[in-house]
Amino acid sequence: MTTIEPATASPPRRNFADSLRGWLPKLVLAPSFAVILLFVYGFILWTVYLSFTNSRILPVYKLVGFDAYVRLWSQPNWYMAMKNLAIFGVLYIGICISIGLGLAILMDQRIRAEGILRPIFLYPMALSFVVTGTAWKWFLNPGLGIENTMHNLGWESFKFDWLVNPDMAIYTVVIAGVWQASGFVMAMFLAGLRGIDGEIIKAAQIDGAPLTKIYRRIIIPMLRPVFLSAFIVLAHMAIKSYDLVIALTGGGPGNATELPSTFMYSYTFTRSQMAVGSASAVMMLMGITAIIVPYLYSELREKR
Amino acid sequence: MSGAVQETVSGGSAKTARVVIYGLLILLAAIYLLPLYVMLTTSLKSLDEIRGGDMLSLPSSPSIAAWTKAWGEACIGVTCTGIKGYFWNSIKMVVPAVIISTLLGALNGYVLTKWRFPGHKIIFGMMLFACFIPFQAVLIPMARMLGMMGIANTTTGLVFVHVIYGLGFTTLFFRNYYEAFPDELIKAAMMDGAGFFRIFWRILLPTSGPIIVVTVIYQFTNIWNDFLFGVSFSSGGSSPMTVALNNLVASSTGVKEYNVDMAAAVFAALPTLFVYIVAGRYFVRGLMAGAVKG
Repeated sequence: MTTIEPATASPPRRNFADSLRGWLPKLVLAPSFAVILLFVYGFILWTVYLSFTNSRILPVYKLVGFDAYVRLWSQPNWYMAMKNLAIFGVLYIGICISIGLGLAILMDQRIRAEGILRPIFLYPMALSFVVTGTAWKWFLNPGLGIENTMHNLGWESFKFDWLVNPDMAIYTVVIAGVWQASGFVMAMFLAGLRGIDGEIIKAAQIDGAPLTKIYRRIIIPMLRPVFLSAFIVLAHMAIKSYDLVIALTGGGPGNATELPSTFMYSYTFTRSQMAVGSASAVMMLMGITAIIVPYLYSELREKR
Repeated sequence: MSGAVQETVSGGSAKTARVVIYGLLILLAAIYLLPLYVMLTTSLKSLDEIRGGDMLSLPSSPSIAAWTKAWGEACIGVTCTGIKGYFWNSIKMVVPAVIISTLLGALNGYVLTKWRFPGHKIIFGMMLFACFIPFQAVLIPMARMLGMMGIANTTTGLVFVHVIYGLGFTTLFFRNYYEAFPDELIKAAMMDGAGFFRIFWRILLPTSGPIIVVTVIYQFTNIWNDFLFGVSFSSGGSSPMTVALNNLVASSTGVKEYNVDMAAAVFAALPTLFVYIVAGRYFVRGLMAGAVKG
């Protein structure tokens, strides 16, 4: 490609080289795009197709209509999964954003040790969810964990059995999830705060507005794009959450911490209900699409 | 721009405010560090001390017995050879997957910014959406496909899967980076007769250091930490580290050895924590680029 053609090159060769040159970029991109087309979009269609069959342990390709969806929506387990996703999603997103914003505002007050503190809030994000789940499973262990520590400190009546209490187990997933992701939300807000023009705030201060009012009325409204990004990222993570639940509670006790992701996996691979599993995967995909597509669309549009 | 907000109050109350802010931050930092602290100290204690003592106390006689056991002797399923084999499985999976997906991402980003053609936006949009799909929607077909290709339950299969589902992100990173690269320089090089690959190797790649670091760290962390693909597409001795850790912790046979569990968790966390400590700045940049698109 890099050799300069001699001036005597015959016209047809030149045309061939030119058209190759024109095609080369597309040829380079083609394998990646083909792979995405097949392994993402093709596979999604394949899964959608399977959800309209009555596949059990192995895929069968005879269509039976909406049977799998009817069965999916008549499963108490699926309702449990949806209910848990609602509880987990709302609390996880809400608490992560609150703590993230709070931490970012505190960190923005000309903190001297920012270089030390910031990595501390953010390091859980580098860990695998399985490690986080393992660590918190031990930390919240009803016999030997935090409960025991409180007893040793003299608080004999302290009881913390959420990990084994079906009514409370989902909240342990929230705690561990917030611990992992809130530092990242802080970093997002901090970047947003650093991008705000200081002159606007100075002007407000000259007008005599108190600090809390400046934050409430000026700064936080200016962070709207960050709220949106944080919401998208967290909602997306909440729907996909799988590893954390498996490592922390294994979906239990019973089905107390079942989420759509764990439901899909167990129905597909261990309960031999592949069609129902596929139907649940399609529901998850629809959930994520509803959140991501409008966002991506607006982001790509703005750019040009 | 640090501290855009000036304190309006002065004297004593400003000082109290500072104390409260620092106090809060230090308290929160301690809470964030606690699980790591407990994980490390537990891994250095004996089982007797764990059962009789306090979770928060320092080990009375620190020992790395649990570490050596987790690494070489702990039982995962029916084999009792520790997690070392699975650790290497993860390495063998991560290294090629990161290299291939980064290289392809760089080329894709280059084409999508400097060799635009009609429809480039749609192609990029489709690649971008692929980053965000729930992988449950491709799990069953992929399991069949890996079987058909004869690479089910192999590290090769996992490399293949991670390259495919990492492509969207690597392309996104390089596309956004090359977008800012001046087109004039590319045009000048073309005038001088430089071709597609020559421009890439000689002009773009030498300036791509930072984004290569960001992409490699992002991919390394994501692939190392993956669990879903590992548990779906591998079994027994071919599993990656995260799956082995989960199996070790979840196994209910015999005495529960919390110290060994924690030591194994530390092993699983070490590589990514190391990268985070060495190159935290780039790690954060990758996270942000993955979160704030466009």
